[in-house]
Amino acid sequence: MLQYAIRRTLGIIPLLWAIATITFVLMHSIQGGPFDSDRPLSETQRTNLERKYGLDDSLPVQYVTYLKNLLTLDVGITTSGSDRLVKDIIKERMGVSFQLGIASFLFASVFGLTLGVVSSLNQNGIGDYVGVFIATIGAAMPSIVLAPMLTIWFAVELGWFNVLSSEYGFGGWLHGDFSNWRQVVLPTIALGFLPMAFIARITRASMLEVLRQDYIRTARAKGLREFSVVLRHSAKNALIPVLTVLGPIFAGLIVGSLVIETKFAIPGLGNEFVRSVLIRDYNLIMGVTLFFAVIIAFMNLFVDLLYGFADPRIRY
Amino acid sequence: MSSPSQAAVQPFDFAQEVMHTKQRGLWNQAWHRLLHNKLAVISGFLLLVIITVCVLGEYVPAIQRHDPSIQDYGHIEEGPSAQFWLGTDSLGRDLWARMLQATLFSLKIGIGTQLVILLIGVTVGMGAALAGRLSDTVLMWFTDLAFAFPDLLAIILLRQVLLNRDWPIIGSGDPQIPGMSNILLVTILAIAFVGWTTIARLVRGQMLSIKELDYITAARSMGASPGRVVRSHMLPNTLSSVIVAITFGIPLAIFAEATLGFIGLGVPPPDASLGSLIGQGLDTIQTHRIEIIWPTLMVASLMLCFTFLGDGMRDAIDPRTRR
Repeated sequence: MLQYAIRRTLGIIPLLWAIATITFVLMHSIQGGPFDSDRPLSETQRTNLERKYGLDDSLPVQYVTYLKNLLTLDVGITTSGSDRLVKDIIKERMGVSFQLGIASFLFASVFGLTLGVVSSLNQNGIGDYVGVFIATIGAAMPSIVLAPMLTIWFAVELGWFNVLSSEYGFGGWLHGDFSNWRQVVLPTIALGFLPMAFIARITRASMLEVLRQDYIRTARAKGLREFSVVLRHSAKNALIPVLTVLGPIFAGLIVGSLVIETKFAIPGLGNEFVRSVLIRDYNLIMGVTLFFAVIIAFMNLFVDLLYGFADPRIRY
Repeated sequence: MSSPSQAAVQPFDFAQEVMHTKQRGLWNQAWHRLLHNKLAVISGFLLLVIITVCVLGEYVPAIQRHDPSIQDYGHIEEGPSAQFWLGTDSLGRDLWARMLQATLFSLKIGIGTQLVILLIGVTVGMGAALAGRLSDTVLMWFTDLAFAFPDLLAIILLRQVLLNRDWPIIGSGDPQIPGMSNILLVTILAIAFVGWTTIARLVRGQMLSIKELDYITAARSMGASPGRVVRSHMLPNTLSSVIVAITFGIPLAIFAEATLGFIGLGVPPPDASLGSLIGQGLDTIQTHRIEIIWPTLMVASLMLCFTFLGDGMRDAIDPRTRR
């Protein structure tokens, strides 16, 4: 087990190297450089700027420098004028993205699991129909569809929640400041609804499979309370297949908040990424991409390891 | 329908049963099972209607009714009327015409992307399964990599890379294919280059398991060339699951494009895609609510229909997975 964990963790290194390389190549093949804008710069200005940011070296030299800097977790400074450390920008913005990502992840898993378990327990009953209906509709409700609908109903029409904006500051959660919950509810549901439907579907199928097993009948036959049968005997085992999809879902939500952030002016990492691509801020693109890649890689690793704990039959 | 008593009286005619199944081949049977799935049939029919109306709208002015990019400042942010069936937007453009244009664009994205993915996925999957262990390792490492790369970020980066580029054959303008624009091609390629791994893994897995089956050994021992074994025995048997995966892939591609359009990285104005219409609608959500309803409904319906159709096809092709 420990050996497997170490091997998998080390396996992340070549993966990250590959992603760093691919991003480097892609970034430098975008037409135009960071200093091409509406107002053309003079030759001297351009040369000076390129020298300042190390863009006057040949590409291989830039690549080596870039990799060397990465080893010390240094992704350089932004090339778009403010000269800030990319590291600082990521540090500053990630709180917002994580808040949104984690909130919608909790929403998706709690409601998805509940819905799945409830509909499996009264299969073909009214609860099941409601559950399956929500899960089916949810599959067609990505954030870009749901966010406008929710905004119309709950913000414009009913006024229960604020129209999503950054005015009162997003991301205070890390410091225990929950006063902005009115702004968090709608984006959380918008982002988390599709994964919720997905989790509900898997949980239902997995629960139905487990509930048909002989040992559940045995548990019932020996007179265990229904509560114990459902939670301790069924749900615990039914959760294992659900666990595998939770990792990718979490990563997807962290990255997926990009969409919501951009359109609802939430100052998170995703917002920053879209801006950096449009103005070709090389270092910022690299930094954000790698940051997300690291999160995804570790989430996948974490889930794989968790899988081994949850299911003792799995041996590495 | 024969009643149970009749069935008991009549002896089971094995020969006829076999001939009967033979007459109705695998695809025929699957087709019949699909027709029995109401949800799938309705979805398929709805999709057919949507596609027909959108394609006709492109070529028949009587169906498109208005030019989607003509701005009429006498009719700004109007609700649905006899003249403007779905209303007009904040620049006085007819939303019906814009919806037709946008939906067609999204459908082209969905189907075009899956065609490219089919090409890449089947080639890579087959290569990995058949061309020896080294290529298998390399190709699978590639799919792992594509799996680990944050999807949306990769699509956005690739889109920027492919944009405004001088291509070897097509040049920098619109390619010489009817109905294909430069931005359409760029978006299709960007989404496809990120999304091909599912099919590749699927084809590889199927091929590896089929390779070991007896009928392949039989075909081989009867002297069939490797090319023939792959072409007429292995490929057709992976086809069914590939078709299902493709059907499920279409709504994903449509969703990916809608996301790009939503955050302002879609088609450049005045053209519209469903995502950019939603994005625009969001800007006027306080004053003109109806504008955002149409494209969101359309995205949701397209995704639902393709998902139901995919579900139906999966159940039809492989009855074992039926619930």
